[in-house]
Amino acid sequence: MRDPDTDWVLPLSTFVLALALSVVPLPGVVATFRPDWIPLVIIYWAIVAPERFGLLTAMWLGLAADTLTGSLLGQHALAMLVVGYLCLRFHLRIRIFPVWQMSMSVLFMLAVYEFVLFWVDGAAGRTVPYVERWAPVITGVLLWPLILGTLDRIRQDNKARV
Amino acid sequence: MNVPGGVDGGRTAVPLGLRFLLLTVFSLSLMLVDNRDDHLSRLRQIFSVAVYPIQITVSFPFKAWEVVSVSLSDRVSLLNENAELKSEQLKHEVRLQRMAALEAENIRLRVMLDSSPRVADRVLVAEILAVDLDPYRQRFSINRGLGDGVYVGQALLDANGIAGQIAGVDTFTSEVILISDADHAVPVSVNRNGLRTIAVGTGDSRRLSLPYLTNNADIESGDLLVSSGLGGVFPSGYPVGRVVEVRRQPGQLFAEVVAEPAAELNRDREVLLVWAAEDTKQSTGTTGLAEVEQ
Repeated sequence: MRDPDTDWVLPLSTFVLALALSVVPLPGVVATFRPDWIPLVIIYWAIVAPERFGLLTAMWLGLAADTLTGSLLGQHALAMLVVGYLCLRFHLRIRIFPVWQMSMSVLFMLAVYEFVLFWVDGAAGRTVPYVERWAPVITGVLLWPLILGTLDRIRQDNKARV
Repeated sequence: MNVPGGVDGGRTAVPLGLRFLLLTVFSLSLMLVDNRDDHLSRLRQIFSVAVYPIQITVSFPFKAWEVVSVSLSDRVSLLNENAELKSEQLKHEVRLQRMAALEAENIRLRVMLDSSPRVADRVLVAEILAVDLDPYRQRFSINRGLGDGVYVGQALLDANGIAGQIAGVDTFTSEVILISDADHAVPVSVNRNGLRTIAVGTGDSRRLSLPYLTNNADIESGDLLVSSGLGGVFPSGYPVGRVVEVRRQPGQLFAEVVAEPAAELNRDREVLLVWAAEDTKQSTGTTGLAEVEQ
């Protein structure tokens, strides 16, 4: 059917889905634990297809997130750029890690992502709570094996059908 | 092909590190400009058109559920609700009758005192989009934008009181900052004695804090806070909240006062946009005087 190496439908739909999931209304306490969907999909695509998705993808998605959440224009873009850079720089190593080690790298990258957001908020003088900031990192890491498994499965199915 | 820090897909020969640096500088300068003033509002509006479909799609199931639950609710409960609303309306109408007389009297007295009459504010109903913004801030989006004449700093009410103000206007939507946002403050006065102060948001939608009241200030639990109209953003005289707790500590200069917002900030579906009285003063101000002369 579609060759996963040139297919745009799957990546594009994951990007749109990630953007939508990051603004879907959730009740108060659950919203604190909303995973960082956008950096998660950026990490996935930058690791499995670094020659197609990289810094520009990360920046555009970041700008879209900035517009959606009404944050400072460039705040999420900067955080995604850092995550994208780390992925591209180390994708050869991360790709061959076992799942738990991969999750640790994702933990590190999500923590860096939240730190950049936190740092920009602080520099711009916006008041934000401190502890709740780290909850999405935890849920993000717990979701990572699921995202990895699902997307890998879909891509393999597509490849088999070509 | 994928040498770390090397060529990316053969598309470009610029090293990864350099591209990262350039894009970082780009987004940093975007942030600097955006933080200083609103030169970037055009750019933001263009982006907002691109993400508008996502906002609508996310919001759709919640809107659809409302429609379905109305059409599925049975006849008896609808009839009950109808009867309740009718009696409610009757009560309001009775109150409004007195209101008309009071308003005329108020205008007459104000004319006698030679001060400008207070005029009615123009309002527009806006629907809240079921979209979550930054969870750490008390903000949401509404379905009115540039085309409806919304402007930054415009006051927003709900059925019970002041809800917030407009923080940013996009093409089809606007971003609202609630009075409970930690970065927001409302000038208020105590309805009982006219004591003026400022109500600051706490980040919790059920709490406002009044940090600028001295220990001997005349304020007590249960006092109604209304907007004072100072600051020029909010129209005066609308309820803002009710004091729920006053803590006076002997060693401290200032009392710790906590108020509960009058508006149901976390349960609203619809809000009212208010155009301040100055915009309509020219027309309604004169009619107000004419009514008095009759």
